[in-house]
Amino acid sequence: MATFTLPKNSTIGTGKTYKAEPGAKNVKSFKIYRFDPDTGENPRYDTYEIDLDKCGPMVLDALIKIKNEVDTTLTFRRSCREGICGSCSMNIDGMNTLACLKPIEDVKKDVRITPLPHMPVVKDLVPDLTHIYAQLRSIEPWLKSDTPPPPDEERRQSKEERAKLDGLWECILCFCCSTACPSYWWNGDRYLGPAVLLQAYRWIADSRDEYTGERLDNLEDPFRLYRCHTIMNCAATCPKGLNPAQAIGEIKKLMIERQG
Amino acid sequence: MSDKNVSIRLRSPLGRARGMGSAKQGSHHWWMQRVSSMALLPLMLWFVISVASLAGHSYADTILWIGHPFNATLLLLTIAIGFQHTASGLQVVLEDYVADEMSRTAYILVVKAACALFGVLAALAVLKIAV
Ligand code: SF4
Ligand code: SF4
Ligand code: FES
Repeated sequence: MATFTLPKNSTIGTGKTYKAEPGAKNVKSFKIYRFDPDTGENPRYDTYEIDLDKCGPMVLDALIKIKNEVDTTLTFRRSCREGICGSCSMNIDGMNTLACLKPIEDVKKDVRITPLPHMPVVKDLVPDLTHIYAQLRSIEPWLKSDTPPPPDEERRQSKEERAKLDGLWECILCFCCSTACPSYWWNGDRYLGPAVLLQAYRWIADSRDEYTGERLDNLEDPFRLYRCHTIMNCAATCPKGLNPAQAIGEIKKLMIERQG
Repeated sequence: MSDKNVSIRLRSPLGRARGMGSAKQGSHHWWMQRVSSMALLPLMLWFVISVASLAGHSYADTILWIGHPFNATLLLLTIAIGFQHTASGLQVVLEDYVADEMSRTAYILVVKAACALFGVLAALAVLKIAV
């Protein structure tokens, strides 16, 4: 999908500036991407000056303060505000991360906030995740087993088998990684991207699952899996400190292993 | 997906994500890229050192060097694996960056044809001297 000429509405204009209250001493500017599909206008950066003495420490605190006190039209996703729901993923200061885990003081200059890169924008900081959710659904991220579970008992795993899922189960599906991956930008229609491939591996690596072969068959594809060129943006950006590139490497290893 | 250019798409998101299913290939190409790069490491090292040490030698000396069965064999291997590696590497680049399926396929075929052409040409040049 690489196109080197950008569409008209990708030019971001300058919007309004909302001044801090008079008397505010500890002021920080937040330059936030605004886009409303209903107006037909190009996106713009609105600037909000916030008194940090009257604001919580995280970028999400500032966004909530803006929405509550300055501009109710600002649109973004959030829920848990503690890095567990994956809703508040966005690009802050040039890096995809969770607004609720990103301290404002980590950003030295103005805080520039845009939606996750290279996704269709629904409004402001809300990207359209329809396709990536469908991709997740396509790898069937649930336990598939023909053996019925033992009566009145759970399916058992050894400690070693369970340990294989560490570094995988922690993923909160925020999609910071996939939307930071150049391969996903260019070929996201077919390439599954780091988040979905990490999920795929989470079920491939699960000792209780009996569909490992079928799962690998479904990934045996130049676009679904092999668009990953180990660029490592995914691992660099993951706010949970996971390494999707490594999981993808494990899938590639299994592909060769099962051939002999 | 082949419905990429259709302007109205009422196909479900899952239908689009599943698309035409998996191609049931890709790992062989990926593995051969690793194998050929491993093979090219010593071959290229040998090639560069040899060519450097041939610097200043006469035309006749160089012909003699190429004609030696050991050198000719390694040269042929370098040529075969080198062009094969180049073709499969360029194929990956084209798959990454050319979105239109028709032109992507066309470019890949042109690259493969060019690599085959130059590869056979280079091999024939070595054989002509060696045999
Ligand atoms: S390592 Fe693979 S998945 Fe991760 S950013 Fe790079 S290409 Fe994308
Ligand atoms: S791997 Fe990390 S960045 Fe990617 S979706 Fe999971 S938690 Fe988010
Ligand atoms: S609000 Fe839940 S992860 Fe940030």
